[in-house]
Amino acid sequence: MNIDLKQIQALLRLLEKRDVTEFEFEDEHVRLRLVRGAPSAAPRETSSHIVVTSPPKPDAAPAASDPTSEFVTSPFVGTFYASPAPGKPPFVATGATVQAGQTLCIIEAMKLMNEIEAEYGAIVEERLVKDGQPVEFGTKLFRVRRL
Amino acid sequence: MFGKILIANRGEIALRIIRACRTLGVPTVAIHSDIDAAALHVRFADEAVCIGPADPRKSYLNIPQIIAAAEMTGADAVHPGYGFLSENAEFAELCRRCGLTFIGPTPEAMRLWGDKASARETARRHGLPLLPGTGVLKDAAEAAAQAADIGYPIILKAAGGGGGRGIRIVRSPSEITSAFETVTTEAMAGFKNPDIYLEKFIEEPRHIELQILGVEPGRVLVFGERECSLQRRHQKVVEEAPSPVMTPDKRGALGDSCQKALEETGYTSLGTLEFLMDEHGDLFFMEMNTRLQVEHPVTEMITGIDLVESQIRVAAGERVDHPSGRQLELCGHAIECRINAEDPRTFAPWPGLITEYHAPGGRNVRVDSGVHGGIRVPNVYDPLLAKVITHGATRAEAIARMRCALDEFIVGGIRTNILLHKALLRDRDIVAGKLSTRTIERIRF
Repeated sequence: MNIDLKQIQALLRLLEKRDVTEFEFEDEHVRLRLVRGAPSAAPRETSSHIVVTSPPKPDAAPAASDPTSEFVTSPFVGTFYASPAPGKPPFVATGATVQAGQTLCIIEAMKLMNEIEAEYGAIVEERLVKDGQPVEFGTKLFRVRRL
Repeated sequence: MFGKILIANRGEIALRIIRACRTLGVPTVAIHSDIDAAALHVRFADEAVCIGPADPRKSYLNIPQIIAAAEMTGADAVHPGYGFLSENAEFAELCRRCGLTFIGPTPEAMRLWGDKASARETARRHGLPLLPGTGVLKDAAEAAAQAADIGYPIILKAAGGGGGRGIRIVRSPSEITSAFETVTTEAMAGFKNPDIYLEKFIEEPRHIELQILGVEPGRVLVFGERECSLQRRHQKVVEEAPSPVMTPDKRGALGDSCQKALEETGYTSLGTLEFLMDEHGDLFFMEMNTRLQVEHPVTEMITGIDLVESQIRVAAGERVDHPSGRQLELCGHAIECRINAEDPRTFAPWPGLITEYHAPGGRNVRVDSGVHGGIRVPNVYDPLLAKVITHGATRAEAIARMRCALDEFIVGGIRTNILLHKALLRDRDIVAGKLSTRTIERIRF
């Protein structure tokens, strides 16, 4: 990895956006360590291949400060699909109103397509994951406003 | 060698496995429940996947989610650790079907040796000594005849029983008839099954176990014994290697017969055969654990062998060789104390926030820990926090070193059993090597 100033600036912006406080990268050519704000009291001597170290926090979705927002989170590990099949329109569009029991998306695990249903009536304000993205238990999928 | 190993476990053993993977240069994937998001195994693995909520049935025992996590991360092997899914033949089977290497024995070997009844039968067929016992007894007269044959004391057991119910210890011939009748009545009332059998009862047994590694079907290495007599309610508290009462001849003979039995059944991967020793020093096979054990470090300390690394290499099809059995040189003595989050006297579990933490160190002191300061110990998993292992040229030296190590161990914010361990290592009998599975019951401090 050959680092130049532009890349470092882009990296810093990314760290800020993701609320990361320390970043360390090492390969046979370069070792890079970026620390935001005051360094932590104990300098970490790790030289492992951890790419991003961030304190475990819920996803910093932009509108998370809105107290009436709720999130639909993934109940499984798997791959998120917004549509019933490739090329077909997504189950729900941004801004759509859904009823309890309505299918929001598919999470595919071990070749099984699991339909994820809305637990309550709501307006889908934002989709937070990309089509085809691997998700884990608890990953926020949609930001919704309960009706 | 594998491209990526997923560790289907948590706590200190997950860290142990990660360490072995790093020795081998293999990237690791940690799976975890949501409350373990800040756990050390999640931090130290190369990748981590949250697979469910705290409830182990929905996370660490959640087979479909673990396999999904392996698929998602491209792992080609799974190490199950101990506990959880490590002795689950269905899980091993499913891994195989999904193209994942399960780092452990085959499902067939797990069923053959993991099931207690099957293991006893297999052991018997291959000439391992078993506790003398009977099949279902016809009547009190047969019970008396068999008991006289085997020798008192004996224990009457309900075939359909469990959990310590439907059993009676009989110490003399005058008691056998009424005891048989009582147990039969109890069995009928409790389990609707009046079948009773009996076996020899050892008053003060010692628990001796043998560590083996099947490197390929038909070739098994034997790494000596451990003594794990200091137990409470069948949970081991302190373990050591070698056993203070095993002689080189006994060790050699035990190793030879176990090696033969396991080679003949084609066993591969790590395994431990557990025996009870009676007051005459005779050993009787009880069961086999077809997995890595908690107390494996004491064997590592006296043999210099990395058991987890060897286990992974065997699973990857590499050729693994170590001196074995009578050719293996055992060096010195090692002791392990299991540090649990519990009250040292009542054994009540003590989850909570660890506010202060300092592990002991120094020459020949090893600590395998899953916790550190600032971590919250959950109440839904087993209470083992860390293992302290010390090595010495002699048993006395290992004990002295352990006493110092326990004095240096600081765990603030929760209660631990460190005081119990200190009391155990002050006990005259224990220091003299006079141990039985009932020793801990008698400790007061």
